Amino acid sequence: MLESIFIEIADIIRYWFLDLGTPELLTEIILMLIKLSAILGFIIVNALWLVYMERKVAAYIQSRIGPIHTGPKGLLQTAADILKLMGKEIILPDGINRIIFILMPILIFVPPLMTWAVIPFGRDMTAVDIDMGVFYILAVGSLSTIIFWAAGWASNNKYSLIGGMRVVAQMVSYELPLVLGLLGVVMISGSLNLNQIVIAQDNVWFIFTQPIAFLIYLIAGISETNRAPFDLVEGESEIIAGPYTEYSGMGFALFFLAEYANMMVVSAVCTVMFLGGWLAPFGMDFIPSWVWFFLKMYFIIFLFMWIRWTYPRMRVDHLMAFGWKVLVPLSLANIFVTGACIYIFRGIGW
Amino acid sequence: MKTQTQTYSLNLGPQHPSTHGVFRIILELDGEFVVKATPVPGYLHRGIEKLAEARTYTQVIPYTDRMDYLAGMLMNWGYVMSVEKLMSLEIPERAEYIRVIVGELSRIASHMMSVGALGADLGALTAFTYTFRDREYVMDLLEMTSGSRMTFNYMRVGGVVKDFPPEFYPALKHFLSELPGMCDEYDGLLTGNEIFIARTKNIGIITPEMGINYSLSGPTIRGSGVNLDLRKTRPYSIYDRFDFQVPLGENGDCYDRFRLRIEEMRQSGKIIQQALEQIEEGPIMAKVPKIIKPPVGDVYTEIESSKGIYGSYLVSDGSTKPYRIHFRRPSFINLGYLGDLCKGWKLADVIAILGSIDIVLGEVDC
Repeated sequence: MLESIFIEIADIIRYWFLDLGTPELLTEIILMLIKLSAILGFIIVNALWLVYMERKVAAYIQSRIGPIHTGPKGLLQTAADILKLMGKEIILPDGINRIIFILMPILIFVPPLMTWAVIPFGRDMTAVDIDMGVFYILAVGSLSTIIFWAAGWASNNKYSLIGGMRVVAQMVSYELPLVLGLLGVVMISGSLNLNQIVIAQDNVWFIFTQPIAFLIYLIAGISETNRAPFDLVEGESEIIAGPYTEYSGMGFALFFLAEYANMMVVSAVCTVMFLGGWLAPFGMDFIPSWVWFFLKMYFIIFLFMWIRWTYPRMRVDHLMAFGWKVLVPLSLANIFVTGACIYIFRGIGW
Repeated sequence: MKTQTQTYSLNLGPQHPSTHGVFRIILELDGEFVVKATPVPGYLHRGIEKLAEARTYTQVIPYTDRMDYLAGMLMNWGYVMSVEKLMSLEIPERAEYIRVIVGELSRIASHMMSVGALGADLGALTAFTYTFRDREYVMDLLEMTSGSRMTFNYMRVGGVVKDFPPEFYPALKHFLSELPGMCDEYDGLLTGNEIFIARTKNIGIITPEMGINYSLSGPTIRGSGVNLDLRKTRPYSIYDRFDFQVPLGENGDCYDRFRLRIEEMRQSGKIIQQALEQIEEGPIMAKVPKIIKPPVGDVYTEIESSKGIYGSYLVSDGSTKPYRIHFRRPSFINLGYLGDLCKGWKLADVIAILGSIDIVLGEVDC
């Protein structure tokens, strides 16, 4: 019952509409819209929760308490923050490109939303199941680079511009190891479909067969989400807040939430590609598959937070050198070794 | 068409997260490289030296805490020492010991702040909260004896204003036993971290010659290997009675300056330990007339504050108010080299260099 609760809800809605006499095509479109708005709601609620979680985790690491006064155990702290930011005036500085400046904080939510559409939450639970899943995610994921850069460019501020330029440099150089790292998984599973990749991990998770690819993905993933130690883009001690410097009120809040939405996407992809997605470990099937998915995703998110609150920030040239001189050769070597191993194992008939 | 790059100027501060207050640097950048750096101090100028001319000698003391507010005791001490020297006062033993203990505690607090702030500047915010958590112990200790946490106004011409309360000793002993562990924790979090080393090692190198030419002092010059610690080279007060080392750096880079401060905290702990063993009962105030009227003349004294050599120059015309006071503030003098030091480094390195020099704006602008 609990295993397929979301599928059953979808079925109930579908038959309700069909009973009303809605044409089949229209029903599917309506259902798709419902699914997407559910994902949007899910992203926003999760982002709000993650901000709270980040504060609590940070507080724990820094031997503080964290928010406690707003709501039970401070749970409403993020909601209160967002409400406050909504009440703030949105300041449009002189000399900005108004359309781009206002549009970017809204568009920033598009890539995570589009990515979530193809992620398998649980057994048979994918909003849009496409065969090019991995390719699609990588293509959509790099879109956010343009949005950050455009926000930095439109702000008419030198700090924003430096931040925007750093985004482009950083994301382009870390996109490559990210893709090459995932290629190893694709080679083993033999599919670009995310559901197929999850099912291919039935025997052993890819984190054990592709440990180097996992590490490369984790590092490149942190860099993709602009979090410490790769948060040069918004390194507040150097360039104030990078592309967000001139944003105030809700514009700033949207960028802030988008960071967590992006983090969720990266963790979810990591879960699907390396941690067996919604598969239950040790045959613990009594816990629904979607719960497993979220447990694994939150473990990766916790890992990100742990890293963020421990390490200092890297410097731009070190970051580029690390990306091009370490990660790219390493991921190429990984692909080579994986290919050789597959060939050998096929030869001995595994 | 020939492509050309152009330098641009970036205004860092006075409202910037990592200038440690209201300090401003105008940077001329070529991409991320600094071509020219022009420090612009003065945003916190309060005219303490001028204000002091209209106050009696005792009334000047609270102004001195406001200079280096992170090590207020040392600021008090440097000033009262100059008045005492002008009046040729004999300070009771116990008062000297109390001054050493609170002075070293202040030094520890200041270094903790500096270590944490450098960490925060480089993005390791956890280091900042760790040092702040431990600095709280020092604040509590100083509050116990002086009644306030930052601006103490604790020392007087001729001694100190209050003796230690009985509960102070166990608390101090507890703190001393914890201190090495605290320093180990900072070392574990930052000193061995690959990213931290990459960000600080061989960055912002000050050669001993340049350091001496620019009259730098304190950990900033000791990081370059110049053995200049007034507590050792020209002992004032009772520092000749303690056994401690002056940690020295080798390369004069940000990493050495940072590491040195952690080492100095350990040494300060040692000094306090010895002072606690040697301190004896006795008066805490010399016989000083109710109205302080130093003889006509001028005097200059120096002490080793947490940031460097803190000197105070005093001119007396024989009245109850100083004719002229001038303070040599180490933060300000150490900043003199910043413009040349930043040249050729990256924008991110400027932050590391500024953090490693350890300035307090209250002191820079006086």
